[in-house]
Amino acid sequence: MEEEIIPDKRIDIRGLKCPYTFVRSKLTLEAMNTGEVLEILLDYPEASISIPKSMQDHGQRVLTVEKVNDKDWIIIIRKEKD
Amino acid sequence: MEFTDDQVIRYSRHIILPEVGGKGQAKISAAKVFLIGAGGLGSPISYYLAAAGVGRIAIVDDDVVDLSNLQRQILHSTKTVGVAKVESAKATLEALNPDVEIIAIKDRLTPENILGYIKDYDIVIDGSDNFPTRYLVNDACVISGKPLSSGAVLKFEGQVTTIIPKEGHCYRCLFEEMPPDGLVPSCQEGGVLGVLPGIIGGLQAMEVLKIILGKGDVLINTLLIYDALRTNFRKVKVPKNPECPVCGKTPSITKLGNYEANYCRA
Ligand SMILES: [Zn+2]
Repeated sequence: MEEEIIPDKRIDIRGLKCPYTFVRSKLTLEAMNTGEVLEILLDYPEASISIPKSMQDHGQRVLTVEKVNDKDWIIIIRKEKD
Repeated sequence: MEFTDDQVIRYSRHIILPEVGGKGQAKISAAKVFLIGAGGLGSPISYYLAAAGVGRIAIVDDDVVDLSNLQRQILHSTKTVGVAKVESAKATLEALNPDVEIIAIKDRLTPENILGYIKDYDIVIDGSDNFPTRYLVNDACVISGKPLSSGAVLKFEGQVTTIIPKEGHCYRCLFEEMPPDGLVPSCQEGGVLGVLPGIIGGLQAMEVLKIILGKGDVLINTLLIYDALRTNFRKVKVPKNPECPVCGKTPSITKLGNYEANYCRA
């Protein structure tokens, strides 16, 4: 059974398009401490693929990517590096 | 630093870069640079640094805009012919980015005033067009320990170097004394193809941003020479000279002296 992940911070970026979905997520993560977890709620389809990829490229850990309803995704990321 | 919604959009292509991010953009916004010359080199240098969001840019120049400048000095326009270059520059740069504070200084740099002008700035950028100023700026930066981006253009050739006092070479390690008058091109010989200062000034602006960000390698102990006709970039090693009169072990220049020379300044 999986351990439940409790985010340290949540952001709602529904309505934002790329690249601002990533810019907002990145700025939020930068202000957090290493090891903390960020939950991102978004509705721009392309970002559900590009944000996890870019975050991985930047050295962060993508914990989950989940489509939560018809329009929205929730991505959970742990900050691994500054 | 907290960015406004507009700043997040304006600087988004910086923030996306792993080497920059919000933290790097905050460094750029906090930086203060001092630019000598609002001409061919000063135009692209200040344009790109203002676009990048450098917090404060001081520009010193004592000239007014002339029609013959407009072939390369992209800060100015047909409408600002006759206006002080620093005022024309300030209007252009403030229109580009209101985040940036532009300090317009209509003055000529002298051994008496330069140290006072540069003391509150992090980085000095030389976009001047004459040897006396280049040597004055070099010596002032070495004496006050300020990083300096130095550039020069003539005809189809440009040069760029980055001077970090104590760490690397200085301009006098490269050319100890100003060339004698006869070796300096006269006005008739001193043409320049208009794009050339754009390329060299662009390289200088890039060096300055890298110093601000602390990323990559700058042109320490190196002179970059660009030959526009052959589209050739060449790097020449410039070792720090232990006998250099200003940055060597026992410098003979410890105060700013006389830099007058009768060169053509057109
Ligand atoms: Zn030297």
